[in-house]
Order: sequence, then structure tokens, then C-alpha cells
Amino acid sequence: MKFKGYVQAMGTKRLLEAILLTAFLLFFYGPLMNTLMIAFADKYSNVENPGFIPRTWSLNWWKFVLTQKNLVGSISLSFIIAGITTFLSLCICLPAAYAFARFNFPFKSVFQFSFLFANAFPRMGLYVSIGIIFYKLGLMGTFPGVLLIHMLGTLMYMTWIPAGAFRSVHRNQEEAARDVGANAWQTFRYVTLPLAMPGIIVACIFTFLNSLEEAQGTLLVGVPNFKTIPVVMYGVIFDYPSTAGAVFAVILVLPTIILLGVFRKFVGADTMAAGFKMK
Amino acid sequence: MADKAKLQLIKMTKLYRTGDGVRDIDLKVEEGELVTLLGPSGCGKTTILRVVGGFLNADSGQVILNGQEIGQLPPEKRPTSMVFQSYNLWPHMTVFDNLAFGLKLRKIPHATIAQEVSKHLALFGLEGNEKKYPGQLSGGQQQRVATARALILKPQILLMDEPFSALDAKIRVQMREELKKIQLELGITVLFVTHDQEEAMAISDRIVVMSRGHFEQTDTPAEVYDHPKTRFVAEFMGDMNFLGDGKGGFVAVRPENLALVAAGQGQLSGKIVTIMVLGHFLEIYMETPKGLIKAFMSREPGSGYKVGDEVGIVIGVHHLFAGEGDTGAGHLSEGAMSDAMRTGA
Repeated sequence: MKFKGYVQAMGTKRLLEAILLTAFLLFFYGPLMNTLMIAFADKYSNVENPGFIPRTWSLNWWKFVLTQKNLVGSISLSFIIAGITTFLSLCICLPAAYAFARFNFPFKSVFQFSFLFANAFPRMGLYVSIGIIFYKLGLMGTFPGVLLIHMLGTLMYMTWIPAGAFRSVHRNQEEAARDVGANAWQTFRYVTLPLAMPGIIVACIFTFLNSLEEAQGTLLVGVPNFKTIPVVMYGVIFDYPSTAGAVFAVILVLPTIILLGVFRKFVGADTMAAGFKMK
Repeated sequence: MADKAKLQLIKMTKLYRTGDGVRDIDLKVEEGELVTLLGPSGCGKTTILRVVGGFLNADSGQVILNGQEIGQLPPEKRPTSMVFQSYNLWPHMTVFDNLAFGLKLRKIPHATIAQEVSKHLALFGLEGNEKKYPGQLSGGQQQRVATARALILKPQILLMDEPFSALDAKIRVQMREELKKIQLELGITVLFVTHDQEEAMAISDRIVVMSRGHFEQTDTPAEVYDHPKTRFVAEFMGDMNFLGDGKGGFVAVRPENLALVAAGQGQLSGKIVTIMVLGHFLEIYMETPKGLIKAFMSREPGSGYKVGDEVGIVIGVHHLFAGEGDTGAGHLSEGAMSDAMRTGA
């Protein structure tokens, strides 16, 4: 009877909304919270800890993970690789993005569409065939090889999103700059680029995060010389209890959350929509 | 006079792929003059402005400013400044930076820039807005910033592309008064584009009425209004009644040049169908054998009329047009006028 009273008070529609919201929250935040919980558990396995909530808490696994000899190295390596990948990808894709936004050339949409191809194939299959080429070119196990693999997955973000950003800068505003005496380069530098900056920053964040989380390609091309965090994590998950893996997952999720938080105002639905607008 | 012209277009042609555009344009703008290109949208007025500003290259012909051919120069090399319809202020720069940008590019010392910017902000009543971004300003303020940004570079000629069309009617009137005042004060030469004939009448020294890529008439505002050379001009400038003479020609008469008299008198008879009070005057529509015609009347003498009244109409100053778009303009005597009316009736 009591439950019926609640339903009466809320209305069926509101009740459905509440249930949906609960399911939504569980679905999205459940795994995250679970990971966070396990990361702070002392022991977490069916034998020693049959319940859902760990019986004892500790920072033991954090100590274990953080004292791993290769960990600090792999964290800094991950960030260095992500940084260089973002920079190189920016250098290559920004001119392409500008061309897609401003110039008309034959097969333009085909070219633009081709930037999706890298994301259309099953990754591992693609990497294996790339690996064959890398062997022939002597890029296996080298730093440039790893960078190339990382850049492959970021081409789409770096082209499409900035292209949308450039497209949304009104030509009239560029004309106004020309009118007061700016040449083509000055117009780009002082008007077009600053106005397109939010979109470019979004693309950089995506590229950076994508590179930070890249595991398969690095595993294939870089190991054993280059072990980034995701690669090390593969090893930890295979060799240690799930608590160690959880600690790693939390460490890996931190930069993502921080970056998205800092640049929250740029990562809006509008910018995204503009980035993926086909034309 | 020819060598005194500030801006001169000689046989300038610019055609688009669609076939629209302007053909063989000859135009002279004298020093300190405000010339308006007036016409409906698509008549080519903005095309001419953009050719002068350098945003379009003419297919043929010459653009001469201060005796120098500038037709081949890019916009940044031309001593012209444009005020755009949508203002095109740079949203990421403050008001100060919007004004200073052109001066910075010219590597003018900072102190001079600051001085010039505050002088021009004062000229447009924008003091205290230096640090605001365009998005924080009202439409009228944005318009002033855009005009100040153009004037600060001391252009040889100021190009204005429907600068007031995005503003409310009241602010629009205020802005054009302001512009006229500043233009006279600084003695600047202006080429102005609008589709608003009232605006053109209010601010111009001369008006160029355009239609479908060519000039219909170039004259002072009063001349264009009082003596339209073509039917298009007669129709476009102000209100005009066109009464067919039954031979393909028309008698054109403005509503203020019609007088209402007792039924049976005058050259035309009509029956009042609508009376509208428009502030200090009345707009009266009458059904006549020549179709619906419109008359303006002061409130006082017009107060005696009501809808349904039979009246006589006296036709005052008028124009005769021989046929469709023909330039056969003429001014006939009253007698001839009556003849024309009777043959048509």
C-alpha cells in the first residue's frame, strides 16, 4: 500500500523517469565505482572475499603498482608519446582540415571520407598488415614506428573536427580582416585560427586521450622497447589479481577526467556537431 | 570635373556564372560626396561595392581611386574601408582590439594607437566600452564599432553595405543621422548601398537607382523623387499610382498629388474603400474605373470623408510613361491629362 502511495504522489511518468535515471546511473557509473572500490580493497576474490564489498581496505595494491620499477617510466613514456602524437597529427591534419573547409577540389568528399577508413577496419587486422610493412622498413620496435601507429587512429578527429571549426568561421570575418590590411597569412593567424581554436582544442584532447589509451598497436609494434601504461596494464591484468588492474585503471582514467574537466567549455555538443558535419 | 573625381568606375563589368551581375558600369563619386546605390536585392549594388573594396575582381573595366587604377589590388592593399551588413566584428577581440587591429598591422606605435582608438570611440559615443567584447554590445553599438573600425584607418573612401538593415526602425533613423553628421564633419567620401529608399533619400548627396544590373537614374534625392526618368524609378521611389491610359502607357501620380473634390468634378470619379490613419496624415484608398488608387491627405481636411463616399479626384503633378519600362517620360498639361484619362475610361 505504501508503494502505491508513492506512485500516486509521483505519477506514473515520474516513476518511470526515476527508474530510467537509476538504470542510467548504474550503467554508466556502476563499473567506475566498482573499479574504484576494488582499487582500494586489500583482497578481492571469490575465495577470500565472497561478498560484493571487500572486507578489508588498504592501499597495498597502490603501493605495489606505484613501486613497480617500469611504471613511472611507462607513465612518462605514455605522456611523451601522446604529446608528440598530438603535435605531429596537428601539423599534418590542420592544413588538410583547412583545405576541406575552405577550398573546392575534385573528389573532396572522397578524400574526407577516407580519413574514416582507419577507424572502419578491425584494428588488429590492420596492425598486422601494417606490421609487415614496418618490418620491411625497419620500423618495428622503433619510436617513429610507435608514433605512426598512434597517429593512425587520430587522423579522423584531427581532420574532421577542425574542418568543422574552420567552416564555422564566417568568410565575412576574414574579409573584414583583409579590408583593414591583413594579408592572407595574418588573416589566418589573427582571425581564422583563434576563432577555430575551440574545435582544434577538442580535437587535440581527443587525440591525446586516444594516444594515451592506445594498447594494441603499441603492443604489436613497440614491445619490448616501448611499454606505455596500457601495455603494462595488459601484463598486470594477466599476471596479478584484479585489484592491481583496478589501480591501473584508476591511474589511467585520471588524466582523461582532468583534461575533460579543464576543457569542459570546449567539449560541447555544438562543437562536436560542427566537427562531424559532412559537406 | 572629371579629374576631381575621387572614385571612378569605367565600363566596369562583373558577371556571375548565373548570368547575373553588372555590365558596363560608369560611376563617378566626387570628393566628400555621399553616393547611394539603391535598388531591390539582386540588382547588383553590392557587387559594385565589393568590386571597389577588392573582394570581387571585375571581368573588365577600370576602378580608379584618386587617379590610380586599383582594380587589380587585393583588399588589404586598397585605401578603402568597408562596413559590412553583418558588421563582421571579430568576436574574440575586445572593442579596443577590433579598432586597433588595422593600426597594429601597420606597425603604428602603441601610444598613437591608444590615442586614435579613444578618439574614434569618443566620436561614436562609445567611451568606456574598450574592454567589452562585441557580443556584449547592443546592435546599435556594434554598428558604431564597425563604422569606427573602418574610419580609424582614414580610408580614401568608405564603403557601406546596408549597414543599418539589421537594426530596429528607430535606431536605424538615429544611426543614419549620426552617420550624416560624422560624414559632413570629417568630409569623408562614402559609397553607400541600401534597398531602403527612405534611407537613401535621407542621407545621400546623389542616388543611383539600380535595377537588374544597370543604372536607371543618377540624380539628387529630390530630382529622383520629383522627376523619375523611368517607370521603375517611379515605382521604386516612394508611393506611386499608375493609371493606364488604354494605349499601353501610364499616368503616374503620387498619392500626395491627388486632391479629393465633390463627386462629378475632377478628372476621375472614385468610391472610398479604406481610410487609414497614419499619424499626422490619412491614407485613403479609392475604387475608380482605373483601378484602386491611393491618396494622402492631412487629418483636418480629410476628417469629413468616410468609407463608401463617392468623390471626384483631381490629378496634380504627374508623369507620363509611354509603355513598359520605356523612358518616354514627360510632363503633360492639365488638358492633355484629361484627354488621356478620357480615352482610357
